[in-house]
Order: sequence, then structure tokens, then C-alpha cells
Amino acid sequence: MNQFNVYRIGPEIKLGSVDISFTNASLFMVISTIAILIVLNLGAKKKSLIPDKLQLLAELTYSFVSKMISDTAGTKAKPYFSFIFSLFMFVLFCNMFGMIPYSFTVTSHIIVTFVLAAFIFIGVTIIGFIKHGLGYLKLFVPSGVPMVLLPLIVVIEIISYLSRPISLSVRLFANMMAGHTMMKVFGGFVVSLGIVGGWLPLSFSVALTGLEILVAFLQAYVFAILTCIYLNDALNLHH
Amino acid sequence: MLKKIIVKILFSFVLITQVQSAESGGMPQLNPEFWISQIVWLVITFGALYVILSKVILPKISNNLESRRSQILENIEIAEKQREESEEKLKEFDKIILNSKLEAKNLFNEARQKVLNEIDKKRSEMEKNLEEEISSAEKEIQSLNNNSTENIKKIATETSLSLIQQLIGEEINKESISSVVNGLTNKSKENRKNV
Repeated sequence: MNQFNVYRIGPEIKLGSVDISFTNASLFMVISTIAILIVLNLGAKKKSLIPDKLQLLAELTYSFVSKMISDTAGTKAKPYFSFIFSLFMFVLFCNMFGMIPYSFTVTSHIIVTFVLAAFIFIGVTIIGFIKHGLGYLKLFVPSGVPMVLLPLIVVIEIISYLSRPISLSVRLFANMMAGHTMMKVFGGFVVSLGIVGGWLPLSFSVALTGLEILVAFLQAYVFAILTCIYLNDALNLHH
Repeated sequence: MLKKIIVKILFSFVLITQVQSAESGGMPQLNPEFWISQIVWLVITFGALYVILSKVILPKISNNLESRRSQILENIEIAEKQREESEEKLKEFDKIILNSKLEAKNLFNEARQKVLNEIDKKRSEMEKNLEEEISSAEKEIQSLNNNSTENIKKIATETSLSLIQQLIGEEINKESISSVVNGLTNKSKENRKNV
């Protein structure tokens, strides 16, 4: 579990009595952010009709996220495009940077994913109430349900709504942590079994690396698309 | 052999997890020491990312995409227009070819007609001339024919008159001789007819 340890880099920074020191987690957040900005800025710089590789990358990512949003949340979600795009890129790059050996995976910490998920949850709820007023509460009353079952259904709906930030954050955190732990365990097998028996876990480790890269992308995608779905509930309110 | 390996793997798995939990003492994720720091840095980095992306980079990318799309649409439109133009030109060209063919045909027909007319004219003229000549020749022959009998009669009468004069020595009535000649010639004519 060493790879998940957070430690201070540089001097201790205190805001009042709160410790906000620069840590390895902060370092990888900054690295991811800068990497995203550099890649996308290089991709957005040129304006050629036939794009080069970086431009193609930026434009493909743009249209990928834009299509994802319009497919799940419709045209009303256009003002939130920048946020979902940043969210997707941030999670994706944090996941991917975590795949580099000896690096730190920002998204494998529950506090980070929970803050993101809670922000999305609160934001979506506020948007829902602004758009529909108290009518947003209809979200908890699905249509076509018999009156007898209604109290039960409403309770279930409210619980499922409130568990959204938890499920969203734990999904990402658990996936990243489990994957990295597995890789660490198999790496440990390679060392402990030595040159004789270590080949099997080593091949597993190689396969797991591929799987983890897939998971890193997939979890970023799932995180973004669930955000879109929640946003769709708040904007369009058909349940 | 396989069993041994599996047992060994399980054993080392237990060993490693025990060692790891011993050295770290639970999940570092649940240690709240740096939670606030992580939240603060998350807000700073993600906020900066969001602001820069939404204000600077994403509009650029969207502009690029938009301009590319409009340019492609424009090009398609131009291509469409040019295609239509070329089709029109092709039609015109076909028309011109058709017209010139018709004209050529007309010219050919006209020329042919002209030549035929001329030939006809010349032929009819020639035929006319020929007919005239033939009729005049026939007339001449007719007149010659008529004249020849008259002349023969005349000559016969004159020679017989002069012969008789020389033989007898006196003048005989011309008319009686000519009637004799006439009767002879008629007789010979009849003889010829009978033969």
C-alpha cells in the first residue's frame, strides 16, 4: 500500500490551523492539468484544414465528449460542456499518469473522487431546482406506479438519489485502488517466486497493465457519462 | 506440480498482504492527515483547468471544427455548382453538334438538289434540241422524199420528151407524156407493193 501514501513535498504550508502543504498528490494533479493544457493547446493552435496528429487528437476528444453529452443529455446540456470536458480529461489524465511506475494515482484516493462527485451532485441538484422549482421533486415519483407502492418507491428513489455521489466516487476510487493493488501483488509474486516460478505472475502483470489502461480510460468515461445522465435528469426531468 | 505452484502462490499472497498491512497500517486513503490539502489542491488545479479550457482552448477547437465544416460545405457547394455548369455546357455542346449535323445535312441536300435540278434542266434542254433536230430532219427527209418523186417524174418526163423529140423530130404534147410517166410510176409502185 506504499504507492497510495501521501507525503509532503517541500515546506509545510499552513492556512490558519489547516495543513494545505504541497504533496505528491498535488504534484500529480498539477502535472495532469499542465499535460492536458499543453496537449490541447498545441492541438488547438493550428488551423489547418487537414489536421496533424495533435490537432486531430484534440478535435477527436472534443467531438467525442460533445457527442457523449448530446446523446445522453440532449442539446440543453451544451452550457455544461466545458465542465464535463474538463472533468473527463482530468480523471482520464490522472488515471493514466497513475499507470506510470512509481507515480501517484490521484483518483485512487476516496477524498478526491468524493469531492468531485459531491460537487457534481450538489451542482446537478441546484440546476434541477433552478430549472423546475419544486417540480424537481417529481423525480422521486415515477409515473405509472400504483398508489399502494408509491410510498415505498419514493423512499427507494430518494435513497438512490442520495447515494449517487457515493456510488460515483466509490466506483472510481475502488477501481483505481483495486487495479493498482492487484498489480502490486502480482509484482510481489514475481519477486518472491524468483526466476523459477516468477514468469507466470509476470505475464499476469503484463496483461493486467493492459487491462488497467483500459480501466483507466473506461472509468473516466463512466464518470463523465454518469455525470451527463444526472445532468439529463436535472435538465429534462423525465423519469 | 501445478498444485504445488498454486499452494506456493497462495502462500506468498498471504505473506505479502500480511507484510504490507504490517508496514503501512491500513489504507492510506482513510488517513485524514492530508485530506484538506488534497481538496484544496484539487480545487485549485481543477478550477484552473476548467477556466483555461472553457475560456481559451475549447473555443479555439470549436472554432477550428466549425470553420473546417463550413469550408467543407462551401467546397461541396462550389463543386456542385461547377458540376451543374459543366453539365449545362455539355448539353450546349451536344446541341451545337446536333445543329451542325442538321446544317450539314441541309447543305448537302441543297447542293444535291441544285445539281439534280441543273442536270434535269440540261437534259430537258438537250432533249428538246434533239427532238427539234429530229423533227426538222424528218421534215427534210419527208420533203426530200416528196421532192424526189416529183423530180424523178420531172426528169423522166423531160428525158422522155427530149428522146422522143430526137427520135421523131417533132414536138409532142408534154401533158400526155407526163400522164404516161405517172401511169408507169404508179404501175411500178403497185408492182413493188405486190412483190
